[in-house]
Amino acid sequence: MVWKLLRHHLSIPQLTGFFLANWVGMVIVLLSMQFYYDVLPVFTQGDSFIKKDFLIVSKKVSTLGTFVGKSSTFSEADCEELREQPFTKSVGAFLPARFRVSASLGIQGMNLATDMFFESVPDRFVDIRLDKWQFHPGEEEIPIIIPRSYLNLYNFGFAQSRHLPQVSEGVMGMMNLDVLLRGNGQAGRMKGHIVGFSNRLNTLLVPEAFLQWANATYGSGEEVRPSRLIVEVNNPTDDRIARYFRQKGYDTEGDKLDAGKTTWFLKLIVGIVLSVGLLISLLSFYILMLSIYLLLQKNTTKLENLLLMGYSPARVSFPYQCLTILLNAVVLVLSLGVVVVVRDYYLFAIGQMFPDLQGGMPWLAVVLGTVLSFFVTGMNCWIIRRRINRI
Amino acid sequence: MNRIELQYVLPQVFADRSFVDSGIWHCRVVFEKGKKYLVEAASGTGKSSLCSFVYGYRKDYQGIISFDGQNIRSFSTAQWTHLRIRSLSLLFQELRLFPELTAWENVQLKNRLTGGFQSKKTLDEWFLQLSIDDKKDQCIGKMSFGQQQRVAFIRALCQPFDFLFLDEPISHLDGANAAVMASILTAEADRQGAGIVVTSIGNHLPLAYDEVLHT
Repeated sequence: MVWKLLRHHLSIPQLTGFFLANWVGMVIVLLSMQFYYDVLPVFTQGDSFIKKDFLIVSKKVSTLGTFVGKSSTFSEADCEELREQPFTKSVGAFLPARFRVSASLGIQGMNLATDMFFESVPDRFVDIRLDKWQFHPGEEEIPIIIPRSYLNLYNFGFAQSRHLPQVSEGVMGMMNLDVLLRGNGQAGRMKGHIVGFSNRLNTLLVPEAFLQWANATYGSGEEVRPSRLIVEVNNPTDDRIARYFRQKGYDTEGDKLDAGKTTWFLKLIVGIVLSVGLLISLLSFYILMLSIYLLLQKNTTKLENLLLMGYSPARVSFPYQCLTILLNAVVLVLSLGVVVVVRDYYLFAIGQMFPDLQGGMPWLAVVLGTVLSFFVTGMNCWIIRRRINRI
Repeated sequence: MNRIELQYVLPQVFADRSFVDSGIWHCRVVFEKGKKYLVEAASGTGKSSLCSFVYGYRKDYQGIISFDGQNIRSFSTAQWTHLRIRSLSLLFQELRLFPELTAWENVQLKNRLTGGFQSKKTLDEWFLQLSIDDKKDQCIGKMSFGQQQRVAFIRALCQPFDFLFLDEPISHLDGANAAVMASILTAEADRQGAGIVVTSIGNHLPLAYDEVLHT
């Protein structure tokens, strides 16, 4: 009966306005956060098994150098000098294989075989679980880290043109490569096992122990100098590094900077969209408050009479609070519905390019939406109660 | 609650007067539970102000009003809410009914708040005695002031009370209806052992008053 009394002057257009505005705001906020959360791994899926702040250094290969046969390897003195630079934490050398390697991989009856090469870096630069990154002479299996671009080359170039299935990283990890090692008048067959993918190391990486053993067994025996170094630095943005490398004529490789830029832009764009969403939400909150204030204003006499009859402020506020709770709850549910639908669309589109992307419930949106909704509803209820207490 | 005491109470609007001659204002007045009081005066002498001060919705007065020795200025909203359901009832001069609800709904709005203090049978009987039983389902807005006064009177009885204040309850009633109202009131007040304070500008409710005060 109290509700029958107080619902007079309820303005449907105002509440619809609030409802739509809040809905739009909520969808934008939730969707942008969920999108950011979903898409970020595409840019940062990284070399978790390689220590974070490292650079790969090589000497420039010049045309003149090619003709005169100038070596592009690092001498012991070069390494020592680099090790003594203030920005350096540690230096490791890439050890190349001194024998011939070919590998083959069978997919759906097709055999892909290719000549390959192996390199290794000291184990301390590799962060993969140690039990996976081990080799003992006499074992059949070699753990290998391959460049992610190889997988992409297969998935987007080879597989699509030959109608072969696309392969995710997980599946790839379960496959075995047949590796043939030849040199020094000997040959051996081993199993290659892919344990990781790298965006930044443009080489096939194997454990140092394996390469030492294999170089001794199949190699020519001559001393090899490293052509690339891996340098762990304190701070990769230190400008002394660039200066030193320029002066020495060294090259660094890696797309660390590019990935950083992309992530930064993604953050910026999501930030802008998020602020717009929050602004709309804020305005809709304001509309609701104005609408309820107006309603309270129009019903002041009735509210006063109810309070004088002995109705408590809590009881008089209750219908209005119920109204806002209901409205906010419906907005939340509908927003989450929209997020689920839109997310399915974009996940499908991204999934075509990156099969490893996770689907499932948009938990971030659910949690964030609930928190946001609770906060807004709480604020609404508090303001209503305060307003009624002042009558 | 057994005692309402007014100690040198004066409405703020009278504060700049140099002389106050009144049986209520600026003197000691005690209303005791179980007794019937008539407050009689010309209009504009603050009878309704008295009701609003005691009922706690206006505080523009000087002096002290106390219930059982407790100054009512210190009461919280929750205390007032409790008092207005359990101990204190007021028939407003301006009635304060809800015009968009029917007579019956107006009464029920209060009766439900007190957990159905009066039975449906009793309420039916009162509507009949006050000859408004055919108006039960009519909107208050469409009833005459006299009829509204009777609805408001029934509503004021839909709660337990120690004191019942009636602010000019029969200003728009004929003698017969006033007599019915008086008999219902007497029966209900006696049943609850309550005190009654009636204000009037001349045409007063026929009760056996214990004391008559002039403002």
